[in-house]
Amino acid sequence: MNNVELTAILGLGALLAGFLGALTGLGGGVVIVPLLTLVFGVDIRYAIGASLVSVIATSSGAAAAYVKEGFSNIRIGMFLEIATTIGAICGAFLAAKTPTEAIAIIFGLVLLYSAAMSTRKRKDPNDGREPDKIATALRLNGSYPVGNVKHHYLVRRVPLGFGIMFGAGTLSGLLGIGSGAVKVLAMDEAMQVPFKVSTTTSNFMIGVTAAASAGVYLSKGYIDPGLAMPVTLGVLAGSLLGARLLVRAKTHAIRITFAIVIAFLGFEMIYNGLTGRL
Amino acid sequence: MPLIQEPDDSLIDARISVLLRTGMMISAIIVFIGGVAFLFHDGKSIPDYRIFHGLPPQLTTLSGIFHSAFQLHDLGIIQLGLLLLIATPVARVLFSVIAFWIERDYMYVVISAIVLTVLLYSLFVHGV
Repeated sequence: MNNVELTAILGLGALLAGFLGALTGLGGGVVIVPLLTLVFGVDIRYAIGASLVSVIATSSGAAAAYVKEGFSNIRIGMFLEIATTIGAICGAFLAAKTPTEAIAIIFGLVLLYSAAMSTRKRKDPNDGREPDKIATALRLNGSYPVGNVKHHYLVRRVPLGFGIMFGAGTLSGLLGIGSGAVKVLAMDEAMQVPFKVSTTTSNFMIGVTAAASAGVYLSKGYIDPGLAMPVTLGVLAGSLLGARLLVRAKTHAIRITFAIVIAFLGFEMIYNGLTGRL
Repeated sequence: MPLIQEPDDSLIDARISVLLRTGMMISAIIVFIGGVAFLFHDGKSIPDYRIFHGLPPQLTTLSGIFHSAFQLHDLGIIQLGLLLLIATPVARVLFSVIAFWIERDYMYVVISAIVLTVLLYSLFVHGV
């Protein structure tokens, strides 16, 4: 396949990935590495590099919209970014030392986890308890708009959330993904942030987290311009398109379908990792 | 619900939004221009991504990327766009340091500065 053909096919694949990623909230990055390695036979290091850059692009695009609407909590994001960026640097160094088979297996497990997370029901925690001391000291409690009304929320278990965020950062640096599913876990389950806030704040954090490992990737030659170009532009265009449609589309069926695709890719990555083909 | 003082960040939010969107758009345009030039010149060659070779220093170091982009090498232009894309969230953190300083929220000046230090450390000490 020559450069024109490869760019066209990859660009289209990335467009679809970005589109579905934005519609389902899973992010397109998570399917880019399986797409490149399993379908196109690309070395996993080039795949991770291209994926990471596309993740940064999507995060900036999506975050620009959500931050303006007042859903993201920039203080929660900023504070937890200490954990994710340090984790991301560790992950990027681990990536260079970990055998590619092992990376493929870990990637597969994260895909399975993301698929499972995406189908679960999310409910907002009940408030009415005393405010958490650490969260109050860090001024993490906030509010978000529901129609014209401000909905207030309290943040809890900050150290636990911080710890999980370090793990999310490490996975992001190791696998070249946004690890949105882990970030949302830290905020939803541990810190009990309402899901509108956790999803959008996670999106906001993904760019900074990925930027922390991008320098290491770039210097090691993981980011190949010829490959990263169609992937990044495709995912970006797709996610901007998906975000526009998000308001109107009925996403439940799409979400389930995409989760099944991701789970399938997860098994495939694990299988290929175990048999030493990646 | 207990009454807690809640910071109003709507002005910072609006500016961060503009910053992220602008950075993303400019980077995407540069990547696109470099991409068109690359396909125009090298469209017929067959790339090999199956085996990892790494990349030459013109595409992996800061000075190399700037140099090759300003000499209008196609891949250098793409790489410059990707570099700007990576720099966009870093610029957002730098902006946050300044914005929290203006708001006199010194705790968040320190928090943002820590994140900025980690980012710059990874980019310049271990990165490009």
